[in-house]
Formats: sequence, C-alpha cells, structure tokens
Amino acid sequence: MWTLLQIELYKIFRRPRTYIAFAAITSLIAIVQLGLKVDGKEYADFVMADFKNSFSIDGNTLNGYFVCYILLQLLLVHVPLLIALIAADMISGEANGGTLRFLLTKPVSRFNFIMAKFLAATIYTIALLIWLAILALFISMFIFGTGDMLLLKNSYVVQLQQDDIFWRYFGAFGFAALAMTTVAALGFFLSQFAENSIGPIVATMSVIIFFTILSTMSIPLFNLVKPYLFTTHMVSWKEFFDIKVDENNATIKGTIEHPERIVRSVTILAVHIFLFVGASLYVFKKKDVLS
Amino acid sequence: MNRVIKIFSVVISLFFTTIIHAQDVAALVQKVKAKLDVVKDYVADGTMKTDVSFIKAPVGQVKIYYKKPNQFKLKRDGGISILPKGGVTVNMSSIVSTNDFDVIPAGEEMLNGIKTKKVKLLPRNENSDVVITTMYIDEANLVICKAITTTKENGTYEIEMSYGKYSNYGLPDKVVFGFNTKDYKMPKGVTLEFDDEDKATRDKMKNKKGKVEIIYKNYSINKGIDDAIFKK
Repeated sequence: MWTLLQIELYKIFRRPRTYIAFAAITSLIAIVQLGLKVDGKEYADFVMADFKNSFSIDGNTLNGYFVCYILLQLLLVHVPLLIALIAADMISGEANGGTLRFLLTKPVSRFNFIMAKFLAATIYTIALLIWLAILALFISMFIFGTGDMLLLKNSYVVQLQQDDIFWRYFGAFGFAALAMTTVAALGFFLSQFAENSIGPIVATMSVIIFFTILSTMSIPLFNLVKPYLFTTHMVSWKEFFDIKVDENNATIKGTIEHPERIVRSVTILAVHIFLFVGASLYVFKKKDVLS
Repeated sequence: MNRVIKIFSVVISLFFTTIIHAQDVAALVQKVKAKLDVVKDYVADGTMKTDVSFIKAPVGQVKIYYKKPNQFKLKRDGGISILPKGGVTVNMSSIVSTNDFDVIPAGEEMLNGIKTKKVKLLPRNENSDVVITTMYIDEANLVICKAITTTKENGTYEIEMSYGKYSNYGLPDKVVFGFNTKDYKMPKGVTLEFDDEDKATRDKMKNKKGKVEIIYKNYSINKGIDDAIFKK
C-alpha cells in the first residue's frame, strides 16, 4: 500500500498540470495582498462605513489576521475547482491513457488500488491547503503585522484578541482540509464513471455550484435539505472566529460560540467522505475495466 | 394700592431670589472648574469594558491621555478600541466653562446616596455641537457625579463618575458612558455569510442601549504630554 501511495504521489506531482493550482493560489493571494497593501484602508473604510457612523475605531484593523480571513472567504469558494482538477482525474485519467487495465493486472487488490489513489488525492489537497495557509496567513502576518481581529458579521461585530487568534486559524485550516477532502472524494467518485477527465471535473464543479446555491438561498423549500448538503457545512470554518461572551457582554478568551456546529459539520463532512469513498470502492470492485 | 405694593414686592423678591440662586450655582460651577483647571494634563492606566448588544469585545487594558483644554486620547494596549463617537472624548473640563455656557439651576437630587446639585448648561455658541448639558454636582467635594449631554451630531450621552483617591483633582476612579445605539446590519453580500441568525441572537441585538466602562487604576498628573500623541 505504501509503495502504491508513493507511486500515485509521484504521478500527481510529476505532472505540470498539478502546479497550476499552486500557481493560481499564489497569484490570487499575491494580487489580493498587493491590493490591500496599497488600498486596504479604503477597503476597510468601505466595509466598516455603517459601523463607523456610530463608533470610532482606533488600532490596526487591517492586520495579517484580518487579511487572511478575507483571503479564506474569497478562496475557499474557488479552491474546490483546483481540487477537482486532480481528484476527478485519478481514475478517468488512467482510463483515458489506457493504463487502467494494465495497472489492474498487477498483484494489487482493487481495494488497495482505490485507497492509494484516494489517499494520494487527499495528500495533494492537504499540500494545497498548507501552501494556502503559508501564503494567506504567514505572509500576510509578515506584510501587514498582527493585532486584534475585528470581524463584521451580519448582525454583530466580533473582536478577537491577538493572542486568541492563531489557534483558531489552526482549527479553521484543519476544517478546510476536511471540507476540501470532501470535494476530492466527490471528484474521485465521479471519476469512476468516465474515461476522460473533463467530464468528472465539470460534473464535480456542477454539483458544488448547484448545492452551494441551495445552501445559500433562504427559501423554506431548500431549508429542508440544507442541513444534509456538504456545501452547507463547508463554510463552518467561520465558527472558529466567533466567541462566547459573559453576562457583561465581554468576550471569554479561548472559547467558541457554537462548537456544536463545528462538530456537526465535521460529522456531516466525514460521513460524505465515507459515503463517496465507499461508493467508489463498491463501483470499482464491480466494474468491468475494458479500457 | 397696598395690595399692588405687596404683589410687586413678592415678584421682586422672587426675581432676586432666582438671580441669587443662579449666581450661587454659577459660582459652584466656577469652583468645580477651578478644581479641574489644576490638572493641565494626565496619563492614566485603566481597564475598559464595552457593553453593546451587537459588539463582542474583550475587556482591555487602556492608556488615557488628556491635555488641556480638550485633547483626549484613549489607546488600547496593543489592540483595537471601539468607542461611541463623540461621547468618550467629552471631558468635564471643556463642558464646565461658564464663559461659553449659561448656567441654569435645576434643583437638587440624590444620586447613589450623594446629595447633588442639578445644573443645566446651555451653550451660548449656536454652532456648538452640544445642545444642553445637565450636570449633577457633589457640592461638598466639588466633583461632577453625572453629566447628561445632548449633542446635535451624536445623540445623547450619560456619563457617571465615581471618585476615590484622586477626588482632590476632580479625577474619577470609574467612568461609565451610556449611549443609545442604532441598529447594526451588514449585507450578506459583504460578509459572505448566508445563514440566518437564531431567534435568541436576534432578540439580544434589539437592545438599543450601550455603555463603556473605564476603571482608572492610576494617574500621572501634570507631568507633560507631547502633542504628537493626540495626532496619531
């Protein structure tokens, strides 16, 4: 299994196409950081305009932690496409290249074969997120400095103290890794049904877009299915940046307002991964590989 | 004729009583101002608590700078401070100035067990942002216990002060700023949060009153402060 995994990882990271995702993330983050460094004050003033009508804010609001939050909000919507590029190609790519049948002649069980491929896709996903974390968090901290984080939610404002933020990002990136692994699992599952990569990639993105629309629209009919959609739970990383308050409305350091929401989302996403991978195993074991 | 003289005498007495009373109150305000004028500048350490229904903020260590006549700066140690516009920068010294205000006596009132004289200050300058200030003065100690200020731009503020070891300078140990808040709402397209809040959260946000409490730990008085601090 370990040898299989090494081979799959070699195949993934040998291809130039793999680095498109890393390059895309690097350039996106760089451009946003440049924009915020040059015109960040205007952007922050625009976002906080309504709040600043009643309150004056003193201090460095545009610091590395805040910039990283903006980057995560923007990018975690688009990173699924970059994940699908690789994950949805894992089986269909082999079929397209005519190597799938050949690989299955090796004395390797189909279970090990599928699990090695899925684990390789997962490691790629985690590597992408580690790269995202380095650029979005550490580089932002270097460029913009650190400080308290002021987050404007829909109907309230949260101020997190400087020394109470880093562990939250650790949790948020860990959660994002799980969310993106769910996308990888979906792409991997759809990859079973095609002999070219474009189909599963487009299908993965179509499913994500469709489910995201259902998750974001406040229509009572959709509210019935929302709790079960993985796209509803993919954004729960934001729960790490909400905090409990005491009876005097002062924040309690080291707390999360709704930890049960994070637990619920982790469970739903884990179930989705289990179902997608389980279905992939079932389909592949039964499949008559002719390509 | 006698009756007319009697009525005229009563009216004149009332008139002069009112004038004397107003002069007494003006003198009281002058005494308070003279006490506050002893402080040319101060730097104070303190803690600040923000209690607004839609703001989750930590209790923070703050440094407060004041320089006569009306330079005031509050800095949070290494963080962000959120303050209601206008209210916290109001300081008693700038309010208590009978040169710019008309002083009107408004009786007496017990405030937290202290007998206070109630005084209304009306600014003479029509362009002043302050519309009216009501002050509750502890006559015995010549300190202001409470002030309610109505401004044109920033609504009405209540400032309650408690005194301790710095009462000789008219500097409080604890200040509570109370103010009215407007509804806060951000578009979902800006926050990118599409979930609706639960009912408990929505109900909590309906509270329209907010307060900021500053507890002063120590003052460093009349040691000199660079003007540059107030410009940052």
